Amino acid sequence: MTPQELYDRMKKVQEAKGYYFNKDKERTFELLEALITNREKYGYMGCPCRLLSGDKELDRDIFCPCVYSVPDIEAFGSCYCNLYVSKEWNEGKIPHEYVPERRPPEKMPY
Amino acid sequence: MSQPKVKMYSLSTCSHCKATKKFLGECTIKYEFIDVDKLEGDERKAIIEDVKKFNPRCSFPTIIIGEKVIVGYKEKEIKEALGME
Repeated sequence: MTPQELYDRMKKVQEAKGYYFNKDKERTFELLEALITNREKYGYMGCPCRLLSGDKELDRDIFCPCVYSVPDIEAFGSCYCNLYVSKEWNEGKIPHEYVPERRPPEKMPY
Repeated sequence: MSQPKVKMYSLSTCSHCKATKKFLGECTIKYEFIDVDKLEGDERKAIIEDVKKFNPRCSFPTIIIGEKVIVGYKEKEIKEALGME
């Protein structure tokens, strides 16, 4: 799969839920490329901004889009990676704050 | 004034890590980095332990500037630690 194919596929699914790709295309495509790299390396599309364990079950919470993206978009308008964002974030209506790591330390298998 | 030593623990896939590398490069700051996701086995375990000493949550990038530890691409804090502001 190419980054463009992934973009097209996810755009449709995520926009229906109210989540948008970061309008900074360079950043977005860099992250989509990283997701494809992770899938080739680990067999699943784990979060590019977190260290993956290589164990699919242990990393299930950080399959992209991760379970933390929903509360992060709610609170900050963006997921941890700045890949998925709210409409308001893209339009610059809310400040682009640094999104802190929400994944609980006990979930990190290292 | 000499530049403090800059060391960064990063991931090769992470957008914040890439942005930090780009920023440091543009500011012509000398820095060392380790892409932890590229390591394997015992070396990976050992480096993860090192990261945890600086940042118990082991998130990336973890940037060490002199004595200061900065977690995440926080440009303002990085500039301050480098004495650029």
